Amino acid sequence: MSKWSVIGAGVAGLTVACELSARGESVTVYDTKGLPGKQSCSWWAGGMLAPWCESEKAEEPVLRLGRKAIAWWANRTEITKNGTLVVANKRDAPDLKRFGRRTGGFCKIKDVQLLKLEPDLTGFDDGLFFAEEAHLDPRRALRDLHNYLINQGVKISRQTAPSNLGNTIDCRGLSARDVLKDLRGVKGEMLIIRCPDVRLSRPVRLLHPRIPLYVVPRGDGVYMLGATMIEAEDRGRITARSMLELLSAAYSLNPAFGEAEVLEVGVDLRPAFPDNLPRIRRRGRTIYANGLYRHGYLLAPALAQGVADLALENKHSEMVDEDSS
Amino acid sequence: MKPFYGTQLPSRMMLGTAQYPSPAVLAQAFRASKASVATVSLRRESGAGETFWRMIQDLGVLILPNTAGCHTVKEAVTTAHMAREVFDTNWIKLEVIGHADSLQPDVFQLVEAARILAADGFQVFPYTTEDLIVGEKLLDAGCEILMPWGAPIGSGLGLNNEYALRAMRAEFPDVPMVIDAGIGLPSHAAHAMELGFDAVLMNTAVAHAGDPVEMARAMAQAIEAGTKAHRADPIEARDMAEPSTPVIGKAFLT
Repeated sequence: MSKWSVIGAGVAGLTVACELSARGESVTVYDTKGLPGKQSCSWWAGGMLAPWCESEKAEEPVLRLGRKAIAWWANRTEITKNGTLVVANKRDAPDLKRFGRRTGGFCKIKDVQLLKLEPDLTGFDDGLFFAEEAHLDPRRALRDLHNYLINQGVKISRQTAPSNLGNTIDCRGLSARDVLKDLRGVKGEMLIIRCPDVRLSRPVRLLHPRIPLYVVPRGDGVYMLGATMIEAEDRGRITARSMLELLSAAYSLNPAFGEAEVLEVGVDLRPAFPDNLPRIRRRGRTIYANGLYRHGYLLAPALAQGVADLALENKHSEMVDEDSS
Repeated sequence: MKPFYGTQLPSRMMLGTAQYPSPAVLAQAFRASKASVATVSLRRESGAGETFWRMIQDLGVLILPNTAGCHTVKEAVTTAHMAREVFDTNWIKLEVIGHADSLQPDVFQLVEAARILAADGFQVFPYTTEDLIVGEKLLDAGCEILMPWGAPIGSGLGLNNEYALRAMRAEFPDVPMVIDAGIGLPSHAAHAMELGFDAVLMNTAVAHAGDPVEMARAMAQAIEAGTKAHRADPIEARDMAEPSTPVIGKAFLT
């Protein structure tokens, strides 16, 4: 058994710590903020475990590796496996067609079936139902991982990681840009609203040529609305345009969203490499695991396994960069 | 090929930089498309997205900043000034949107903004409709290039009004003209070239294709084919068959 230091208590750091600890290693997680929270972009995530939907735009590994994430999370936190519903307003019917053409793992549903699934979605004739997909509450998932690690005897330190740590896994997300020069931030903006008048029991995606939206139920009438994808690296505040677009898209799903209370506004930067796929790189005694982009919960389990394989068995999974020695 | 504000472009393809699955795909698509100009939207991606900008600059193509998303003269002029500072170029693709759903240009504000910007030393690439008179006013305002739409942005409908585009081409034979917006297929791009336009500008057709890189390659080939066809002086379409073999001795006058 050797000692490992994991820097960063976001979804990447905590899943890596879980994986190492599960393989019998001694682990300390360093994060100056201690508990998982606003400092991590995974705090602001949607928490959709939606590999089929994501495959519309993402590269092939996202579907293959992401499928395994559902079972991984089900063992560690509460997940809801109600599938995903994808709809489009009538005038955007070509977008629904295209989405169907480029994904798989769904069945086409119509009128009555659609209303049976989500009675509060009136006004949509057609939809795609991805029955195998799931969602989780990211904040609860992070807390559950955190508690699990404490129970496993993993130390979570609020101190700055000492510089001569030895075996280190760097999971600092975008902060690791000081070393990983090809990492960039992709701005995301989201809202958390309470709207008990609308009842949705699964994530709903509304396709739109310019303003795609997803709504993820968090229980008790609370919903996460997300998320913009902007090639910008300021994490200041949400723009009026983004908020307008998110809310009007929600309003077009169900006008009752107009009465929602806005509970939270989140803005952060997703760490991403040029192909938007995660990477594992080894430099000396430090392993960098980063670039989860918008697939934090979907790909963190595979990333963590890749890190553990490299760290403990010198096995190079596909996420390991070739320049890694 | 006519120079664009004194610059000889190495290719007739201008490509937008928005909405690709990833910057890596964007870069590959650019290489495959042989695009010589990249349009970038300052307004939408306005943060300190330095890494993304660097990737765009690394493409090694000319940068044409645009005023996408602007609805008034004032917004467009301000955005143009910001773009000049950020990208260190006098080029500006001027868009003043008049209609939220069709993104049709507001040609009245467009002409006004063009006049202000041209007087201020900008080299304006105006996104306009196929209207001849608007084209004239834009040239009067100081534009030396016209960019009529083929169809609404992102619609992929191709060249909606071929008659008017032909008329425009004939009216301004010496003005570099770019078909901007509406291209969905390589055949649309080839069509634009066959009509004698100098370049095409597209974004969605490539970025939203299932395989953007393959589509970019197809577009490049179509542009090449259309350009050659135009140069080769195509035959006129006609209603009656014109036999390519001698007809003497046959009862062809029946």
